Amino acid sequence: MTEGQFNMRRNVEHPIGDEFLIGYAAGLLPEAYDLMVATAVSLDDDARARLEGFEAMGGALLQEVEVAPLRDDSFDAVMARINGAGRADTVHGDVKTPRPNAVLPQPLREALGGDVDTLRWRGVGMGVKQIVLADSDGEATARLLSIPGGQAMPDHGHVGTEITLVLKGAFLDGDRRYARGDVEVADDAVEHMPVADIGEDCICLVVTDAPLRFNKLIPRIAQRFLNI
Amino acid sequence: MSVDTKDEGYWAERLVAVGRDQDRDAFAELFQRYAPRVKAFLIRTGLTPGLAEDCMQDVMVTLWRKAHLYDPTRATVSTWLFTIARNRKIDMIRKVRRPEPEDLPWGPEPEPAQAEALALREDSRRLAEAVAQLPPKQRDLIERAFFGDLSHSEIAAETGLPLGTIKSRIRLAIDRLRHAMETDMPRPAGGSGR
Repeated sequence: MTEGQFNMRRNVEHPIGDEFLIGYAAGLLPEAYDLMVATAVSLDDDARARLEGFEAMGGALLQEVEVAPLRDDSFDAVMARINGAGRADTVHGDVKTPRPNAVLPQPLREALGGDVDTLRWRGVGMGVKQIVLADSDGEATARLLSIPGGQAMPDHGHVGTEITLVLKGAFLDGDRRYARGDVEVADDAVEHMPVADIGEDCICLVVTDAPLRFNKLIPRIAQRFLNI
Repeated sequence: MSVDTKDEGYWAERLVAVGRDQDRDAFAELFQRYAPRVKAFLIRTGLTPGLAEDCMQDVMVTLWRKAHLYDPTRATVSTWLFTIARNRKIDMIRKVRRPEPEDLPWGPEPEPAQAEALALREDSRRLAEAVAQLPPKQRDLIERAFFGDLSHSEIAAETGLPLGTIKSRIRLAIDRLRHAMETDMPRPAGGSGR
């Protein structure tokens, strides 16, 4: 099956890199990066297999640690909780069910509280809309961007690294095309010019470890107020 | 490093029994074996013994509640518990639930494929050996990463960690799941293809 219901199976041309997967496996990443990895992995079975491979390294380390003494009532305390509670499938939100027709993968739907049709976008000019996701650690910011087909993303450089994951539509950057599930990583040496491919709006998850700095469209001072 | 494939197979079977039959004896055995290791691991990652105890208890409760989601063709018991402990620790620190990838529900077949589960354990053993035999610098890096003594930018500089054949093995298991999901679910009218 190449198209349709499980379009998450499409072969990803520009997959997420091992460095992010190792970071996720080890639990090292800032929250916004975690969201990026969980979302990208939901769209890319090969990345999922690599991630689970790195997690097996963590399992190997767990297996060889010395044992620690437990509190005396440890087992009884756990049994008391087990006897008082049901199984996971009776607990709301605990089992993450894929919804084959959703545009946004489950981790992103959970973070945003809905799929693309129910979101409350905010215009930032030139038809570009965004939603900034809360970040509790302040180390990196995640935002959902929607860019009209054929429209250039506002010209920007960035202070740190910017990671873009395509969720819908596609964008072109130089001679490369990024479609659903593809990831582009741009460091601060790159002044790149992504353009949404014609045909449909391009929706992306963008994670930056420093605020974006738009060069032309919006005076720099406004960035702070607009939070973009 | 003490890695014994037969042991791992036994523990995988016990965990499946907890998920399938809510087998309390199997749970007690798993607790005795893994609770002290999970707690020790959490202490190594920087938690105080008190917090590590609380976190470990949460992990063991989660083991009971999620055992029916355990797939022995994709992870050993150690690996599965490692991911639960890591997530629980991060949740405790952040006070928000950590984003996790969408679940692939275990296929309709009630019993996991024994041969595949065995092969996965064998690959896990080889991976552990490969990690143990790494040059000290790289091995140190992995330990520091997983014990939380490293920043993500430090690990970003390092690539080429030896995954061996385990990735292909897990990939096959995922493909089987996808296939089962597709034959299980009716295709929606019109589809969502692009």
